[in-house]
Amino acid sequence: MSSSTSVGDLVSQPYKYGFVTDIETDKIDKGLSEDVVRLISSKKDEPQFLLDFRLRAYQQWLRMEEPDWAALRHPPIDYQEMIYYAAPRQQEKKASLDEVDPKLLETFEKLGIPLSEQKRLSNVAVDAVFDSVSIATTYREKLAEHGVIFCSISEAVKDHPELIERYLGTVVPSNDNFFAALNSAVFSDGSFVFIPKGVKCPMELSTYFRINSGDTGQFERTLIVAEEGASVSYLEGCTAPMFDTNQLHAAVVELVALDDASIKYSTVQNWYAGDENGVGGIYNFVTKRGHCRGDRSHISWTQVETGSAITWKYPSCVLQGAHSVGEFYSVALTNNRQQADTGTKMVHVGPHTRSTIVSKGISAGHSSNSYRGLVQIGPKARGARNYSQCDSMLIGDQAAANTYPYIRSQQPEASVEHEASTCRISADQLFYLQSRGIGFEEAVSMMVSGFCRDVFNQLPMEFAAEADKLLALKLEGSVG
Amino acid sequence: MIRPDADTLLEIVDLHARVEDKPILKGVNLTIKAGEIHAVMGRNGSGKSTLSKVLAGHPAYTVTGGSVRYRGADLLNLEPEQRARLGLFLGFQYPVEIPGVSNLEFLRVSTNARRMEKGEEELDTFAFEDLVRERLQVVQMDPAFLERSVNEGFSGGEKKRNEILQMALLDPLVAILDETDSGLDIDALRIVAGGVNHLASPENATLLITHYQRLLDVITPDYVHVMAGGRILRTGGKELALELEDRGYDWVDQELAVLEVA
Ligand SMILES: Nc1ncnc2c1ncn2[C@@H]1O[C@H](COP(=O)(O)OP(=O)(O)O)[C@@H](O)[C@H]1O
Ligand SMILES: [Mg+2]
Repeated sequence: MSSSTSVGDLVSQPYKYGFVTDIETDKIDKGLSEDVVRLISSKKDEPQFLLDFRLRAYQQWLRMEEPDWAALRHPPIDYQEMIYYAAPRQQEKKASLDEVDPKLLETFEKLGIPLSEQKRLSNVAVDAVFDSVSIATTYREKLAEHGVIFCSISEAVKDHPELIERYLGTVVPSNDNFFAALNSAVFSDGSFVFIPKGVKCPMELSTYFRINSGDTGQFERTLIVAEEGASVSYLEGCTAPMFDTNQLHAAVVELVALDDASIKYSTVQNWYAGDENGVGGIYNFVTKRGHCRGDRSHISWTQVETGSAITWKYPSCVLQGAHSVGEFYSVALTNNRQQADTGTKMVHVGPHTRSTIVSKGISAGHSSNSYRGLVQIGPKARGARNYSQCDSMLIGDQAAANTYPYIRSQQPEASVEHEASTCRISADQLFYLQSRGIGFEEAVSMMVSGFCRDVFNQLPMEFAAEADKLLALKLEGSVG
Repeated sequence: MIRPDADTLLEIVDLHARVEDKPILKGVNLTIKAGEIHAVMGRNGSGKSTLSKVLAGHPAYTVTGGSVRYRGADLLNLEPEQRARLGLFLGFQYPVEIPGVSNLEFLRVSTNARRMEKGEEELDTFAFEDLVRERLQVVQMDPAFLERSVNEGFSGGEKKRNEILQMALLDPLVAILDETDSGLDIDALRIVAGGVNHLASPENATLLITHYQRLLDVITPDYVHVMAGGRILRTGGKELALELEDRGYDWVDQELAVLEVA
């Protein structure tokens, strides 16, 4: 094809968050051992129960192996070559944002996440995590008036140890998988949210993760608990500088919903993806799971995955409470040499539980994009229902898309429906739009956002437009 | 309507084009002035659709010789979207379906792209909705089609009406309609032809690509061109179309054979 812009080029927009902040950091030596685990815990001045949790996880991790069942290829990760703790050197977390190192505030400003009082996003409270630590959380007082706790998990360990002890590791046990065990041993920071009984969180909560160091693994841990009748909507965003080495990101997110509680968890993931030849980029191995513990509880995952060299991620729901509902809405875009193996698990335990899965994979360049999903219906899940829809869009002719839906049902009466489709953006479709005065890139982005609409509709208003723009950016120069 | 003093809108000189390695257009000459209606006829495979796509800028076709001037300026170095914004319109023989893209939104974005080029203000969703409802009447189309994805699940006739609706919104200076009549029943043909007649003015021009006299019974062409083997073999008035209907294309094939030997 002789078009001046080609579909193949459209995905390769320069990554605009690739800068490094020059700031003094407190880093420990590279490598992992029991001493390192103890050191992290002591740096954070943790109670004994948490040190025990970490040490147990470390022992479990030593006996585990990296999973190899995903459709992902990468050179072996050397866990001794990595640094497990890095923090910008500043004293105690500041009581007031105005005392936070201006360089850090500037960094977040540049990322489009203003933290200073005057410029804050209205109605969105932000916890900003820089490398291994949380540097600021906005709107804390206002949230506290409603009894909502929103702070870094390190602070929660200090201020609310009983809640951490009660819930940490109850959704994702430390021996759940290799990366979850690693995270449980060395996690540095992350966000903690607690919505007490009957409270509807008055604003969107959001955590913004920024990796800055080139040789540091990022292991954050998020825990969200919604008590009876509580509800919250939470958004996670992430970026990293461009390095020609790979950084490991192995996070764990646990959600707990009690009776009638509802948690909506949205992610816009834009870690550095590596260059067009696949050099550099984040290895993203993440365990996210929600536990619908109470009757009629509701957990909804929405993710827009556009970054990372490798994505290994299956946000899941364990539907234990009767009539509980789990949802998974996903857009995963891969370009160049990116690889994504992502999907969800819906584990129906209780009666009349329902789940919905909508997955949209977009593959461009030489990338590979796999959906892997499990719907499991247990013997007690009378009247359980699942609906899954997995659509793939291919851009250009070098990209790959795969779908691996697994269904295991021990309930003859359960209803499980699965639909799948694959489409390709064709040169004729693009030409049709162009011949009506619509520019090439806008034409691609119209088709891509049309394809993703069912998922974008699930994002909080403020972020739906962002997600649209992000995809358009990621696809710029890629169609042909 | 032929007026000697009318502006020249499109001037095609010795146009050659190929697809992959196959030469298809082999020296097309054609001049179109404002106010005129031209018909291009010819057997399947003679290069009619190729000519229309080359004019609209389809990337699969490579121009290997000749020139095209549109309102005095070089057309061939413009991107397809620029050509469209400047008022060149192609009604496709086979309009593609575009799942997920709302027809209404598509029509609005393209209409605004053309309006901006003409120096008119952009229409917001409400203003556009008023405009589109008015233009729907030109093709007697049900507003329900606006809510669907572009051409998705439309019947052949509905797709063609959607093309004419786009033409009515984009207000082109040169409209090329590639077999807009084929696959239409008599009523649909009348509606589409009525739309084309309604939109024709002394300022614009229409190039109809067709096989059938029945379209030319309702839209009277000023010129009829017969295409064969990638060029225009003969040009005449509306009688030429009647002659083709009477005598068929065999004589065209013979003339072409003579030409290709020479
Ligand atoms: N995209 C294409 N790829 C290969 N051959 C093509 C393509 N488009 C047109 N052709 C060939 O060019 C010739 C002219 O086709 P076309 O312009 O569609 O003729 P018409 O519209 O007059 O029926 C035919 O032989 C056709 O097979
Ligand atoms: Mg044709």
